Amino acid sequence: MLEINNLHCKIEGRSILKGVNLKVKKGEIHAIMGPNGSGKSTLANVISGHEDYEVTKGNLYYKTNEINELSASERAHDGIFMSFQYPVEIPGLTVTNFIKAAINESRKAKGLDEMSSREMLKKIREKSSLLDIDTKFLSRSLNEGFSGGEKKRNEIFQMAMLEPELAVLDETDSGLDIDALKIVANGVMKFSNDDNAVVVITHYQRLLDYIVPDFVHVILDGKVIKSGDKSLAKKIEDKGYDWLKKEKK
Amino acid sequence: MDFKEKLLDSHLAFEQDVDLLHPIHDYRKKALKRFESDGFPTKSDELWKYTSLASIIQKDYHLSPTSESNIELKDVKKYFLNDIDSFKLVFVDGIFSPFLSKTTHDGMDICVLSAAISKSKYKKTIKKYFNKVVPENESLSSLNTSYTREGAYIFIPKNMEPEDPIQILHFSTGAQKSIWLQPRNLIVMEANSNVQIIERHQSLSDHKVVTNSVTEIYADSNSHVDYYKIQNDLLTSSLIDNTFISQEKDSNVSVHTFSLGGQLTRNNLRFYHKGSNISSTLKGLTILEAKQHVDHNTLVHHAKPNCESHQDYKGIFSDSSVGVFNGRIIVEREAQKTNAFQQNNNILTTDKSKINTKPQLEIFADDVKCSHGCTIGQLDKQALFYLNSRGIPEKEARALLTYGFANNVLESVKIPNLNKRIKKLIAYKLGVNLGFDL
Repeated sequence: MLEINNLHCKIEGRSILKGVNLKVKKGEIHAIMGPNGSGKSTLANVISGHEDYEVTKGNLYYKTNEINELSASERAHDGIFMSFQYPVEIPGLTVTNFIKAAINESRKAKGLDEMSSREMLKKIREKSSLLDIDTKFLSRSLNEGFSGGEKKRNEIFQMAMLEPELAVLDETDSGLDIDALKIVANGVMKFSNDDNAVVVITHYQRLLDYIVPDFVHVILDGKVIKSGDKSLAKKIEDKGYDWLKKEKK
Repeated sequence: MDFKEKLLDSHLAFEQDVDLLHPIHDYRKKALKRFESDGFPTKSDELWKYTSLASIIQKDYHLSPTSESNIELKDVKKYFLNDIDSFKLVFVDGIFSPFLSKTTHDGMDICVLSAAISKSKYKKTIKKYFNKVVPENESLSSLNTSYTREGAYIFIPKNMEPEDPIQILHFSTGAQKSIWLQPRNLIVMEANSNVQIIERHQSLSDHKVVTNSVTEIYADSNSHVDYYKIQNDLLTSSLIDNTFISQEKDSNVSVHTFSLGGQLTRNNLRFYHKGSNISSTLKGLTILEAKQHVDHNTLVHHAKPNCESHQDYKGIFSDSSVGVFNGRIIVEREAQKTNAFQQNNNILTTDKSKINTKPQLEIFADDVKCSHGCTIGQLDKQALFYLNSRGIPEKEARALLTYGFANNVLESVKIPNLNKRIKKLIAYKLGVNLGFDL
């Protein structure tokens, strides 16, 4: 589904990714771990098409097409979703209207009619109850004044509504207490199936107790330096990243 | 001969058509004298520092047409708010069109100023209110006064309220290649009365038109006025809107100004407080492109205790458009416990667009709450990416952020049909079809 070959990327002239390779297949959950500044969030932004990140070398393939040149919205129409580490506050735009616009713009791009209000409402009810979201919350301005937990739950709610094929979750666990973490992780596990793929980016092993990955990759200094199964995450939790740095040398 | 001289000379011809014995003719003559000595404002006037009328007044205009141009209902129907009948005062090239209008004298007067001037039963009201709130030092208002003949006349007696909003619509047909219009509106609200008014000026072809309009509003105790101005005219049209509001105790007046079109628009909006516990609301949304220029020049004169005023103006400027916001608040020594709020937020989307924003507070009382703030910025790039990443393309994402930015001006539009209409105008202006009601 996603194949990244020797990806190099710069932001404001600074090299961040220095040759990332990654293959993600349908039905898989991948975790990407690494210390601060290693390039994890950059990878998420590049996959979703942020214009500030300049790909200088290498390729991104999604569903066998090269997507280097596609805009963020085109990638979204094609089924790529990123949950933001810091969801943006947008005063004056309600969660519901935002979701409606997102769903209908994707449908428009695919030549489909707009979703009927009734169908939309039904889907909103279904997905919000899954994430234990109060419907009052849906008429509030997007992320404005939301707590950290509410913002992250809202991200996963958007994912559930948009039903992407590839979901990249950037530090979805940061700022969550354990109860909120369980709700969010549960939402992700319910979403995950044989036809989609999830890439979880995280600092801590903690999240991976709830979102159980098939593969774990460690990024260090802009490269994937080690891949393994979930036991790798446990090892990092116990020993930190230093042993990997030494191993690399 | 320059245009000022033409205006002075043509007054003799104008006098042929009006009743020279009517008391308001004294006002006309005095106002003409003031205009003669003051002339058109220039950039050296502090209140006109950022707006020049030179491009407008260098040209010649046809003044005061006398016969109605023919337009049909189908040409203008789309500008009406409702399909069903509601009160409408429609003027075509400055002439009242009874055929397109719906007036009343049943319990209240929703009619035209020329009728109110000519009929003796209105003499007392005209004498009591006409030109009483218009300051003498604003020369464009003097010019309008000197040519007073036609406009809206609305009188809502004690405890009354028209069922529907009243629309005042001015169409300009292009029958004259260039035309200078000077409508004059008088609105008198007795105690406990209510009204909603929508005013719009619209050209039907791309000829030159300048409208120099004066509206006087008298809001007696505990009356309530919501006034909406839709400024979405063609790029060949300019508007100088002079609106003066006199408020008595416990009254509540709001004016919303939506400036989306036109070449040059100047809004002189003045509120004068005559009693306590008054509430005044001034809201504006300006979305400009090309070389459009809009200047909001406001004044709230707090003269009595325990009153509040709320000003909230938002602007979004593209291409080489220019905006001006000059918001004056005066708080007299007597006006203790005043609560005056003023906010002006702007987004510039290009390097060439420009906003001049100037809050001006003169406070002589010591126990008041006054706040003001202005911001100039761009659409948030990270917010745009957030929307893009959810599948909302660039143009639509910009539109959604614009709606979000403008939302607190839009949400206080209390007439549902009007609210929808304005959102549609904005969507059209931004070139998007979002397919749902925001």
